Amino acid sequence: MSPQLAVRDLHVWFDLPHGGELHAVQGVSFDLEGGDRMGLVGESGCGKTTVILALMGLLPPSASVAGSVLLDGEDILAGGEDSVRPHRWVDTAMVFQGAMNALNPVKTVGAQIVEPMELHGFASGEEAERRAGELLEMVGIDAEAAARYPHEFSGGMRQRAAIAMALACEPRILFADEPTTALDVMVQAQILELLVGLTRELGLTLFLVTHDLPVVAQVCERAAVMYAGEIVESGPLDELFHEPRHPYTRLLFAATPDLYGEEQVLSIPGVPPRLDMDIVGCPFRERCDSAFDRCVAERPVLQDVGADHRAACHLNERTVPV
Amino acid sequence: MSDDASLLEVRELVVTYPIRRGIVGTIRRRPKRFVHAVDGISLTVRKGEMLALVGESGCGKTTTAQAVLGMVEPVSGSIRFDGQEITALDSRAMRPIRRRMQLVYQDPYESLDPRFRVRKTVEEPMVIHRLGGSKRERERLMFDALRRAELSPPELFVDRYPHELSGGQRQRAAIAASLVLDPELLVADEPVSMLDVSVRAGVLSLIDGLRRHADVGVLMITHDLSTAAHFADRIAVMYLGRIVEEGPAREVVRDPQHPYTKALLSVVPKRDPRDRTTPQILKGETPNPIDVPPGCRFHPRCPVAEDRCRTTDPELRPIVGSSDHCAACVLVAAPSP
Repeated sequence: MSPQLAVRDLHVWFDLPHGGELHAVQGVSFDLEGGDRMGLVGESGCGKTTVILALMGLLPPSASVAGSVLLDGEDILAGGEDSVRPHRWVDTAMVFQGAMNALNPVKTVGAQIVEPMELHGFASGEEAERRAGELLEMVGIDAEAAARYPHEFSGGMRQRAAIAMALACEPRILFADEPTTALDVMVQAQILELLVGLTRELGLTLFLVTHDLPVVAQVCERAAVMYAGEIVESGPLDELFHEPRHPYTRLLFAATPDLYGEEQVLSIPGVPPRLDMDIVGCPFRERCDSAFDRCVAERPVLQDVGADHRAACHLNERTVPV
Repeated sequence: MSDDASLLEVRELVVTYPIRRGIVGTIRRRPKRFVHAVDGISLTVRKGEMLALVGESGCGKTTTAQAVLGMVEPVSGSIRFDGQEITALDSRAMRPIRRRMQLVYQDPYESLDPRFRVRKTVEEPMVIHRLGGSKRERERLMFDALRRAELSPPELFVDRYPHELSGGQRQRAAIAASLVLDPELLVADEPVSMLDVSVRAGVLSLIDGLRRHADVGVLMITHDLSTAAHFADRIAVMYLGRIVEEGPAREVVRDPQHPYTKALLSVVPKRDPRDRTTPQILKGETPNPIDVPPGCRFHPRCPVAEDRCRTTDPELRPIVGSSDHCAACVLVAAPSP
């Protein structure tokens, strides 16, 4: 059986204003099964937001895309905007980073939830309004609040409203881009609980994009780690944490303080490579603590290293562990 | 409470902000209302010690830092720096003291002037405070500060503009601009929250090293309990303008006493996916500090509140078996008098 969503060799380039191109996504492939909770982790500029914007067909005109995105086996990128439009908000939906900016300040929250329903012929009139109320209740907001404006909401409520909006047309896959980054830790916990609850109750597939490893560790079953436009490791979270097969994954966890961790927290020296120039060899080699001569000459590709566990590192072909 | 090594002593600090009544409110003579941003807090930072002030947004942690630095005027209370009362000092009298306490801002993308090379950013504070004598001496001090901020070799960085630096390097340049004045107290307001995870530890270790090796006292404002647990000696947890729990970092994290601290710690995501405990999620959000609940200000959200919590405003007092771990909760057993 084919996966719900199969991303194959996705590339995104952005035209730069002064000529040249930025190769933001450099051949990303992964599968999502129905009901999955998968994380995409990486630092700023690694291309993780660009990936979901590409999957939603929401990239700006300066971007060009290659590769395929198969939704139930159908390539939704093949025909450009025409092939992705029927699926956007209907099959796939997205919660944007910073709910404050994603909501329209001069429209009531209810009107903003009704809008996508009417646009996609999902529901209209009183039925749409009734459904907007139900959606708000589902995310933990009183239905009466539909008549209020975003500025009357707290940060946590705005994020809940943004989730209600994304779910308006009953999508099957929800992409969430740093959904809790600007929120306090208690409100973050409330939103994460809501997202996990929705995946359970609605059978929704959650694709959570964040720089925050512990959030993914607590919410997701699987994750992909992105670096310099590519996935360098993917697999079940337990294995990523306990048996990482790429040095970046290991070092990223080691750079993350834990509440009860006793060991020293260490930063990773250096900076990621520029994406407006061709990358030769392994993109991580200059910051890697285990690089060897092969890493300079040859770019590693993502290979199976276990059941549902893949890594792009030459060390995995050596006999010594990473 | 006071001892020789105490560098900063804050006692019963109160800071309020007036709320604009608007023209209608003024004409109708509606009563003036105030936001009680900081409502009677006491804390001490000793030389070479890092105190982390943690809490959610709006709890008053940044206002506390601003009051310490003389950026907002407290309504009452006392702030002593190195034994000297500084609460009522005017800006002229405050200037030599301000040199000795420096602020590290949250956002190194905004705190550095984009038109200044690193050289000028680091030199400027010396010019303002008329330090360093000759230009050569200032140059020496500047290079020294850059080295201490681990931007080395400094020759590589002095002529760069902020946009030519990475986020971590920018924050190091900002820290160098503080270090050039040889401060005794560093107030770090969310010093790494804008930085990438991979470089955060380096900046925090740098600040940590300053207190360990140069005896600098550090008041770190953060919302991140994991960071506080790792780097601070002591943690003070704030809720609605009050410190509700304070103690050695390890004790506060491993043996929290106040129900708010317990809940807050329970929702911090753990790094290890096997470490999935059920978080104790509090309903609602922190009430605004205009209408502070009567009694214990945490009681409307407290999972274990009793009747007396609605009327009794608990004071911060030591817990049983510890002299320096305090909690403000009537349900926490206090040592018998």
